[in-house]
Amino acid sequence: MLKMTHLAKVYRTEVVETYALRDFNIDVKEGEFVAVTGPSGSGKTTFLTIAGLLETFTGGHYHLDGVEVSQLDDNARSRIRNEKIGFIFQAFNLIPDLNVFDNVEVPLRYRGMKAAERKQRIMDALERVGLASRAKHYPAELSGGQQQRVAIARALAGSPRLLLADEPTGNLDTQMARGVMELLEEIHREGATIVMVTHDPELAARAQRNVHVIDGQVVDLAEEPRFHSHAHTAHS
Amino acid sequence: MFSYYLQLGLRSLRRNPVLTALMVMAIGFGVAASMTTYSVFRATSRDPIPQKSDVLYNVQLDNWGPENTKEGEPPPALSYKDATALLRARKAKRQTVTYPIGVSVIPEDPSRLPMRQGAYATGADFFPMFDVPFLQGRAWSIDDDEKHADVAVISKSLNDKLFNGGQSVGKQINLDGHLFRITGVIKDWAPQPLFFDVPNTSGFDEGASVYVPFNRAVDLKLPNNGNNNCVKDPGEGWENYLRSECIWLSLWTELPSKSEAQSYREYLSGYAAEMQRSGRFSWAPNVRLRNVMDWLSVQKVVPRESQVSLLVSLGFLVICLVNTIGLLLAKFMRRAPEIGVRRALGASRLDIYAQFLIEAGTIGIAGGVLGLVLTGFGVLGVGLVFPERIARLATLDPTLMLLTLVVAITASIVAAFYPTWRAAQVQPAWQLKSN
Repeated sequence: MLKMTHLAKVYRTEVVETYALRDFNIDVKEGEFVAVTGPSGSGKTTFLTIAGLLETFTGGHYHLDGVEVSQLDDNARSRIRNEKIGFIFQAFNLIPDLNVFDNVEVPLRYRGMKAAERKQRIMDALERVGLASRAKHYPAELSGGQQQRVAIARALAGSPRLLLADEPTGNLDTQMARGVMELLEEIHREGATIVMVTHDPELAARAQRNVHVIDGQVVDLAEEPRFHSHAHTAHS
Repeated sequence: MFSYYLQLGLRSLRRNPVLTALMVMAIGFGVAASMTTYSVFRATSRDPIPQKSDVLYNVQLDNWGPENTKEGEPPPALSYKDATALLRARKAKRQTVTYPIGVSVIPEDPSRLPMRQGAYATGADFFPMFDVPFLQGRAWSIDDDEKHADVAVISKSLNDKLFNGGQSVGKQINLDGHLFRITGVIKDWAPQPLFFDVPNTSGFDEGASVYVPFNRAVDLKLPNNGNNNCVKDPGEGWENYLRSECIWLSLWTELPSKSEAQSYREYLSGYAAEMQRSGRFSWAPNVRLRNVMDWLSVQKVVPRESQVSLLVSLGFLVICLVNTIGLLLAKFMRRAPEIGVRRALGASRLDIYAQFLIEAGTIGIAGGVLGLVLTGFGVLGVGLVFPERIARLATLDPTLMLLTLVVAITASIVAAFYPTWRAAQVQPAWQLKSN
């Protein structure tokens, strides 16, 4: 689903070159739930933004769903983001002037979907995250946990094949974080591929596989996948 | 997507009312200033007879010589000798000579006072040449011209005053003690600019209410009520005046094709050459045959203050637009996080361009509506700056209203190009990382 080979990302100024990622290799299979961990500044978020085609890379190869993305123009990259990728951010990143319904609608608008289908998908996604009754509320009227659920609904509404989550529980208290995590696990069980960047070892432990990033490199790709029982997941 | 972007644009207008109000005011005032001055410029520079302006030609002939003319330009009018000679030759499909006269209309009812009226002495061709609209009757005939008949055409206003708007064709009208038979009543007609009498009106006047045959007016020695320009003293008396080189008559011809115009030009040069051969002119033929718009241009009918004020107001509009660029930049870049999110969710740069240009268009619509109201006030106040004869021509008609809106929307979109380009350059990764 997502394969990076010898990928590099260099930030250049007139005097220095800083490697955010160096010889970065990762292969995420379809249907996997991978947690990417590592200390601050290790390059996890840079990896995620490149994976989500929000940023270009300097060298190496990146195949997303079998397509080499390095040569794609802005339109093609935007179309892939819209159709194949769902984003969940730490800061939720809802648009404050739009209500819940309109926020979830944004990616569907860029797909050129008809109004009736958009409405159906939005209400299905909100039902799924338990916020159908809040469709007309604005983000400022919701709790942090609810806002993150709206963000998840927005990511799910377009039925993406890959879900990229950047510290999805980082701004939430324990109880809300647990709810969001359970939702992600449920989405994964239904077949989505999830790549989640996190600091939290407890959250990482709930993924199928952990990938550690230090100084812009994956250090333990060889680690055996650890599968968790549904019973464990359900009670955690 | 257009309706979606329009919806977002209208929502954005409400997001920051102060910033929005500043932009709308900048556009509204800039556009209103431009459109107000444009309304004057348009009125003074328009084609007064668009259906025929390219086949009607003013005739000029240099009977003064290079010592008395500027930059080789022949005098703007003709002498009686030349005008009548050219008229008699009948080398054009139609031709007419005109000069303004002032006449007193003496009502039949002795209890009513005489009325001083603006009038023209002209030929029968004047009316069909210039498409003068008749309400009753018709123009007098060429035969009437040749027979020096006492006939007249009057305007609707004068007909209303003298005959209460009733049927007056065939009735008599007393002009300066002479009786004339009315052959027709025309609408109150005064094309602006008043192209056929620029030398006497500078192009703008209310027009006349009485028209009488040129030959008869000359017989009656009805004096020229316009400019008399002479290079030497014509001497005493009407006959000396007619024989003089004083210029006071406008000659217009209708020449439907380029070849006819060329033939007439050659005839005119031939006439001047004959004058040179006869010893009357000691200079080479110097003639001009200009259609209506060329004639108005050479006569500089558009007032200089109208041109200057239009340029100044366009400069003001540019300043307003520069301010709008700054305000739009602030407004758009404040929304960098939203742009980052939209890009992440699938918006291409083109989508961002479209969204923000349409949003600028909505500001333009609001600015245009304000501009429309202010232009309305501006047009009402034109009289404070321009003479009344010009100010009354400035109007806020549907064309100007539409133009005001189009200019406001276009100006807003043009002002939004740079801010929108900056918005489309927002790197979604940096915006999302920084949150």
